[in-house]
Amino acid sequence: MSQESSHTADTYYVPEPSTYPLTGSIAIFFLGFGAAFSLNAVPYAQGLLAIGFAILFYMIFMWFRTVARESEAGKFNAQVDLSFRWGMSWFIFTEVMFFAAFFGALYYMRVLSVPWLGDLEHKILWPDFTGGWPTAGPGVQENFTPMGPWGLPAINTALLLTSGVTCTWAHWALKLNKRGQLNLSLFLTIALGIIFLACQIYEYGHAYSDLNLKMTSGAYGSTFYMLTGFHGFHVTCGTIMLITILCRCLSGHFTPEHHFGFEGVAWYWHFVDVVWLGLFIFVYLL
Amino acid sequence: MAAVHDDHGHAHGHDHGHDEHEHHGPPSGFMRWATTTNHKDIGTMYLWFSFTMFLTGGVMALMIRAELFQPGMQLVEPEFFNQLTSMHGLIMVFGAIMPAFVGFANWQVPLMIGAPDMAFARMNNWSFWLLPPAALLLMGSFLAPGGAPAGGWTFYPPLSVQMGMGMDMMIFAVHILGASSIMGSINIITTIINMRAPGMSLMKMPLFVWTWLITAYLLVLVMPVLAGTVTMLLTDRHFGTSFFNAAGGGDPVMFQHIFWFFGHPEVYIMILPAFGIVSEIIPTFARKPLFGYSSMVYATASIAILSCIVWAHHMFTVGMPATAQLFFMYATMLIAIPTGVKVFNWTATMWRGSMTFETPMLFSIGFIFLFTIGGFSGVICALVPVDIQVQETYYVIAHFHYVLVSGALFGIFGGTYYWLPKWTGHMYDESLGKLHFWMSFLFFNVTFFVQHFLGLAGMPRRVPDYALQFADFNMISSIGAFGFGFSQLIFLYVIVKCIRGGEKAPSKPWEGSTTLEWELPSPLPYHTWATPPVVK
Repeated sequence: MSQESSHTADTYYVPEPSTYPLTGSIAIFFLGFGAAFSLNAVPYAQGLLAIGFAILFYMIFMWFRTVARESEAGKFNAQVDLSFRWGMSWFIFTEVMFFAAFFGALYYMRVLSVPWLGDLEHKILWPDFTGGWPTAGPGVQENFTPMGPWGLPAINTALLLTSGVTCTWAHWALKLNKRGQLNLSLFLTIALGIIFLACQIYEYGHAYSDLNLKMTSGAYGSTFYMLTGFHGFHVTCGTIMLITILCRCLSGHFTPEHHFGFEGVAWYWHFVDVVWLGLFIFVYLL
Repeated sequence: MAAVHDDHGHAHGHDHGHDEHEHHGPPSGFMRWATTTNHKDIGTMYLWFSFTMFLTGGVMALMIRAELFQPGMQLVEPEFFNQLTSMHGLIMVFGAIMPAFVGFANWQVPLMIGAPDMAFARMNNWSFWLLPPAALLLMGSFLAPGGAPAGGWTFYPPLSVQMGMGMDMMIFAVHILGASSIMGSINIITTIINMRAPGMSLMKMPLFVWTWLITAYLLVLVMPVLAGTVTMLLTDRHFGTSFFNAAGGGDPVMFQHIFWFFGHPEVYIMILPAFGIVSEIIPTFARKPLFGYSSMVYATASIAILSCIVWAHHMFTVGMPATAQLFFMYATMLIAIPTGVKVFNWTATMWRGSMTFETPMLFSIGFIFLFTIGGFSGVICALVPVDIQVQETYYVIAHFHYVLVSGALFGIFGGTYYWLPKWTGHMYDESLGKLHFWMSFLFFNVTFFVQHFLGLAGMPRRVPDYALQFADFNMISSIGAFGFGFSQLIFLYVIVKCIRGGEKAPSKPWEGSTTLEWELPSPLPYHTWATPPVVK
């Protein structure tokens, strides 16, 4: 922590003009057009995507580096800290709603549309379809085996729950200023996250090659891959965030009193943890 | 409300000036706008962006009305006509109305609660700068093979699953616009919750701030759901999933449920800030405090909560159990109660006030009259048996244009005239402003009132040609539309004239105004409330 924190203690920190937002928008411009073009096999579209990602990662890195430096320079007083807390909370809330859309789709299919397709009115169209779950739907002629819960998914659950514990251990160590334990437990959290991701990739390979379970496997395949895929994407983001925080910890950032950067990432990690529990119950178990 | 403030503004921004010569001032020229972290600059960019999109969407509307001037195919191909109706809706909703209100929030929320800026000033700039790439994607879809999205602004599958690359461009545009809205609304919530001046309790906040707080909650609730919807659409289009495909166990109707779970709160996102603006203007020009302040707050919150449980009234004809129809019908009609509270309170505020009728007040009174008509036709549409008759007819078009044009847009017009003197330091041209109002009011009704008759007579929406018996009303409607469209050039002229000069505005040009921003000089210094005022 710097010693000049006192001069901003009573004023809210408003950053100087910055080029990062415009840089980010240029990245989004390339990504938007690049994605739309590559999905439609426009030549060189992947190049646009690559440029977009490169600019975006550069922008995110620089932007967060700036925020970390501002934080270490003591520019964030208690009110700014509280703003970060509100902001992160509502951001996580929007993520919850994003997943709610996909859980809603799963619920709608399992409880409403699939049984409707199997009812008497639809017997003329699809006489053999009974409307049970899991299903690829009445018109998709593919047999697949659903993913059972008690193999890898259960191990994954254990991995993520353990990582939640190590994450809390890290927070506890940070508050007591035990830096060695902090670094160790953060490292463990990251390792567990990466092992989880590796298991997910293995599970996808297993599903595609052994179970014939694909994105094209109708209702079950759609919801399975959408929910686990976006969760996996969030775990990836969370792992990158944790690695950033570990790097900051190794550089001596954060104090027992002032460490919202750490806490925000910890909240996010617990959020992906809770989403996984929802997935384990509604996608794998039931 | 009394406030103590100091003149901390280092840079006295010369209206929307171009050059700042202070050592700590912002960069000049384009880079000032590209890099700014100042809520006023960002608000200005939002408002100009919105106006540009308003004219763009307006030109599309005029092309639609030109085609419909007479029966028969006159000017455009049917496919292009469908692209025009779809893009008109998308651009007006996501490009014109929503950014305009975010622009107002950027300008006014920090001023009205005594905050030095928005809570996340840098991210605030990104929220704005996400809009141009999204607009380019949307508009660029016209040039894509197969053209722009033509399945209506609601892009229902299976049409939207089958369309060409334009649909993908629209999907990514919606993703980007959603990200922008989410960042903007998180910023607004945090600013209002955490940055109010000492003494400004929640129930002392100006009503505009209240309506935006509630709007921002709606945005964080539903924008991610829209993002999820278009993501499922995208995977259905390109990755073989079956969310909206009955053969795979999905359901196209599910799209409509999820879309309208976003879409209905969305229409309240577009009207609640207008309620807030009108609730600021009417007390000012009636020179009376707002009647029933706390009931206004509770009514706004009730409308927002109810708006989340009424979505399926957009889908009565699509097929759902009778109990669901009844639930959504009654829930929808419930919204009339808090809305009625608001209309009553506005009227009661004017009751025995010493009223004057400057342009902002004219737009607000016009708002009350015409929005109430839109509200009534809304209750009519909410009735399942009636809705089955008027679904997909011009009656629905008339209904939502009474809500969105004479509701949301008149609120935006009124708010612009109300705060222009504060923003620019000059009074706008009152006679031209009044001319703008009367032209807009007259031509709006010419355009849309007859559409009620067309709809009741059975004219379907989204068609480029129609049966002969609809000819007269369509001609009247088209004449009104062109009158309304060209009247907006008066608005542009008034704003440009006001920015460039005119009578100096005092710090408090409206004697009846009470909120904090009128304690600051006009034009506003570049930075305001660096030391927060104390509200008693």
